Amino acid sequence: MVQAAPVTFKKKKGMKRSFGDKLISVITYIVYAIFAFVCVYPFYYIFINSISANNLSERGKVIFVPLEVHFKNYTTVFKIPGLIDAAKVSLMRTVVGTIFTVVIAAFLGYMFTRETLWKRKFWYRFVAATMYFNAGVIPWYLTMKTMGLTNNFWGYIFPMMIQPFYIILCKTFCESIPKELEDAADIDGAGTLTIFFRIMLPVIKPILATIAVFAAVNQWNSFQDTLLLVTDTKLYTLQYVLYQYINQASSLKALVSNSTSATQLAASLAHATTATSIRMTVTIVVVVPVILVYPFFQRFFTKGIMIGAVKG
Amino acid sequence: MQINRRKLRSYKEFLLILPFLAVVAIFSYFPLYGWIYAFHDYRPPFPITKDTFVGLKWFETIISNPTRTKNIVRVLRNTFAMSGISLAFSWFPMVFAIFLNEIKCEPYKKFVQTVTTLPNFISWVLVYSIAFNLFGSFGAVNTVLQNLGLIDAPIAFMKSSDHVWFTQWLWLTWKNAGWAAIMYLAAITGIDEEMLEAARVDGATRMKIIWHITIPCILPTYFVIVMLNLANFLSNGMEQYYVFQNAFNTKYIEVLDLYVYNMAMSSTGAYPLSTAISILKSVVSIVLLVVSNTASKLIRGEGFI
Repeated sequence: MVQAAPVTFKKKKGMKRSFGDKLISVITYIVYAIFAFVCVYPFYYIFINSISANNLSERGKVIFVPLEVHFKNYTTVFKIPGLIDAAKVSLMRTVVGTIFTVVIAAFLGYMFTRETLWKRKFWYRFVAATMYFNAGVIPWYLTMKTMGLTNNFWGYIFPMMIQPFYIILCKTFCESIPKELEDAADIDGAGTLTIFFRIMLPVIKPILATIAVFAAVNQWNSFQDTLLLVTDTKLYTLQYVLYQYINQASSLKALVSNSTSATQLAASLAHATTATSIRMTVTIVVVVPVILVYPFFQRFFTKGIMIGAVKG
Repeated sequence: MQINRRKLRSYKEFLLILPFLAVVAIFSYFPLYGWIYAFHDYRPPFPITKDTFVGLKWFETIISNPTRTKNIVRVLRNTFAMSGISLAFSWFPMVFAIFLNEIKCEPYKKFVQTVTTLPNFISWVLVYSIAFNLFGSFGAVNTVLQNLGLIDAPIAFMKSSDHVWFTQWLWLTWKNAGWAAIMYLAAITGIDEEMLEAARVDGATRMKIIWHITIPCILPTYFVIVMLNLANFLSNGMEQYYVFQNAFNTKYIEVLDLYVYNMAMSSTGAYPLSTAISILKSVVSIVLLVVSNTASKLIRGEGFI
């Protein structure tokens, strides 16, 4: 693991590294290997359990390598009533929510750079200030109820669609674009919307990509709004369903016995659905979309961290 | 004429953003109106009227009702403990970044960074699921410990009321540390290369470089993080603690945000009291925000608001 050392030597010829430096190197490599293991192994563990024989995974026999590999669990979980619906709801809210959030962030971010906008500074602060206060769970819930957004798909979208962080980010980005571009269009008599759609939108695409990625992950991971607003099982999200599977062992047991009695009596013990197999498999189903998009948004990281540290 | 046209345009532009301002007003400002519930004897199906007005009754019960006071003290203790531990270990991501930067093998560094950041992007429900599967009676941890002969019977990690504050901090760190380190890594990249080179030529060891150059250079970033932590001292959020909460650990895991939620859900009569506590929390949070922002202004010359 210390193979890197010669490279460093070549780069800085004539410089000898002390014993202490080398020791630090070795310790560093080992410690970070442990960190990496701690972060990777849980995902790996659940995955190998979801594809191993169910009677073995149930008794904790699968630790490092999958045993008696089969993929039946994946076909089984999607036959669970409600899971496909939950996946659809999760997907829908991610797509719709992301589009709303990004378009609004772009538009408001741009509009707050328009010096002609009436009381621009005031309205900008009006929006940005909402980052710093929160009325609390109950007043928020009662508001949502008044708006008819409980047990309503739009309850997932509307409250989350205006994000001051993203708007500030867009505004800062728009400000970095040469004013001449906009001024030229202004002089030509183009309307505000025309300038936004034709000129600004194509230029600010990079920041929109960053925002889209983070908004999408937020939507996909969202759990609290289902908890507070939704009692209609048709609107449950994958996150919520997974939580129920883990925490309400009784409902899961009913599910297991249902599917066992009807279709799986003949199936071997290795493929018979267990509470563990459902839990593990659904976990993988929920985590896979995030892992799939993960490599694509790594390049947005540094910009993304700005979202958290941005100055209003 | 020219001026009028400009004025007209500025109103037109305002009309374009008006719908969005209305949305902000509805979802962020209008709920503040709900604070009046804290001053009424509110029973959900019935609307509040003049007759239900009770003034500061609910605020007073926090102090006057012994069981309630005891609960609040317990919840505050949990909140302070969790936020305190986070604050006390807030240097961890910084140190993580510093030593990660010492790894000269780029692919390895990249790999470590990639996998340690991943947990930040999964939800708390998934973290809980991972915890449940790994630390359950038949989970990997218990199996390995038993195979090694360290324990005879599985330990009920998830149902334990011991070390709740610390284990919750561990999960929080597992999820966030890699992500938090990115900011420090960016700050380290910004350190003047010439300064480092000069130190190396002068024969400074790695530890010396870290101590005398790297740390002083990224300390301002650390300072901002500490101040933000301080401003959010009472707001741990409820999601993490909600998913990990069970009958065994609830005594130690219930933080202020979760308590407000649990109380509101427990019985309908608790709406006003829950709102009253929200209000108190908001007031303290705003004070904390202003204080830490002022501290930041005094020490760094600029605030973070």
